[in-house]
Amino acid sequence: MTTIGVLGLQGAVREHVRSIEAGGAKAVVVKKAEQLTEIDGLILPGGESTTMRRLIDVYGLMEPLRAFAASGKPMFGTCAGLILLAGEITGYDEPHLGVMDVVVERNSFGRQKESFEADLTITGIEGDPYTAVFIRAPHIVSAGPDTQVLATHNDRIVLARHGQFLGCSFHPELTDDHRLTEYFIQMVESPAVVI
Amino acid sequence: MNTGTDRVKRGMAEMQKGGVIMDVVNAEQAKLAEAAGAVAVMALERVPSDIRKEGGVARMADLRIVEEVMSAVSIPVMAKARIGHITEARVLESMGVDYIDESEVLTPADEEYHLMKSDFTVPFVCGCRDLGEAARRIGEGTSMLRTKGEPGTGNIVEAVRHMRKVNGQIRKVVNMSKDELMTEAKLLGASFDLLLEIKELGRLPVVNFAAGGVATPADAALMMELGADGVFVGSGIFKSDNPEKFARAIVEATTHYQDYELIAKVSKELGTAMKGMEISSLSLEDRMQERGW
Repeated sequence: MTTIGVLGLQGAVREHVRSIEAGGAKAVVVKKAEQLTEIDGLILPGGESTTMRRLIDVYGLMEPLRAFAASGKPMFGTCAGLILLAGEITGYDEPHLGVMDVVVERNSFGRQKESFEADLTITGIEGDPYTAVFIRAPHIVSAGPDTQVLATHNDRIVLARHGQFLGCSFHPELTDDHRLTEYFIQMVESPAVVI
Repeated sequence: MNTGTDRVKRGMAEMQKGGVIMDVVNAEQAKLAEAAGAVAVMALERVPSDIRKEGGVARMADLRIVEEVMSAVSIPVMAKARIGHITEARVLESMGVDYIDESEVLTPADEEYHLMKSDFTVPFVCGCRDLGEAARRIGEGTSMLRTKGEPGTGNIVEAVRHMRKVNGQIRKVVNMSKDELMTEAKLLGASFDLLLEIKELGRLPVVNFAAGGVATPADAALMMELGADGVFVGSGIFKSDNPEKFARAIVEATTHYQDYELIAKVSKELGTAMKGMEISSLSLEDRMQERGW
């Protein structure tokens, strides 16, 4: 059975676990480096990116996470997770993991009272529009040549894929629509297939 | 596009799970809290232990402080409004504060009615001592709960009491048959529909943090052990000997609340925690938890 890890330092961990299980895969909450060897793909959840980064440093997870990325296994970052994956963050000198070829801007839709839900059309996901929940969300300012833009909202990139990396501004784990998690499970099961 | 929906408001609190929210009274403290790994800061004029000591009417924080804190950090900023003070809450909302705490730490503006929180775009957190109180606040639209505990005492006993009470009552509701729920709703002063939702979910529909008396890393870890989704620390950090070390230690103990060796490691050489108070030394009217219902 495919096993997907959820980085469990802080944030919406339980919701991702529920969504992975609904998609028919096994979920593991990852708190320590050695657990990375047990999983086929990793979700970096929503939460506070500053806090998660600090905890990644405290627990010596930075190098193991970079090695996990270098091994070619798929990673999916949602909201704060996207910020952790991004190659560049507007206004900051250094990225966090810096593995996905996108530039992101933090809190780019405004503060909490401007947080919103919106319907998206996502390339590769059939059927009804996808209702996405944006909370103090970042957005992808620009995507590299090998990065495929999968969804936009008001002309801003909110979902993209760069090879093994999938990143979104919003929180798929907060709704009962598991199609995007299923898309990621598909990436883990058939890494070569570009949907 | 919709703002202020339940998913957006409750979701914001979901993102704070497993984290520590720290009381700060200025921009400098806010930066220290952010660097220590706080998931949010609560901007206020005086921490609860000072409110207790100095007395007088405690109101919404000085708005210049709130503004300074908002521009000093990129993590969410919360602020307290008095129970039932519609205008303080609206003013804080207009300033773009990310979360409002309708708080018993401040002097209540209304002793009978709490805010109708579902009318607001900004989400709210409210205190509770039992499931009935939790359910009434959810009914008014709070998107996040916390135990009331006994703020500013550095004594964890009330927060423990409230967390155990709420979680015990949830377990009871979950195990009840449907035909027993209406009587339980009457006894708790809670809505039947909400109890039914809790029964079906197996938990509250919003997160529940610990607050009111957390003074040490072990206190924070204890509250996580008892089922808190995260921790608020009020006076505990900036009333300790070494706030920076204390803040970091409380964050680490909260994340790894069952890693006792780590808690031992971070708890060493912290210096003295805030001085605590025996709850029985407080008269009933001095207990902040008695404010609100």
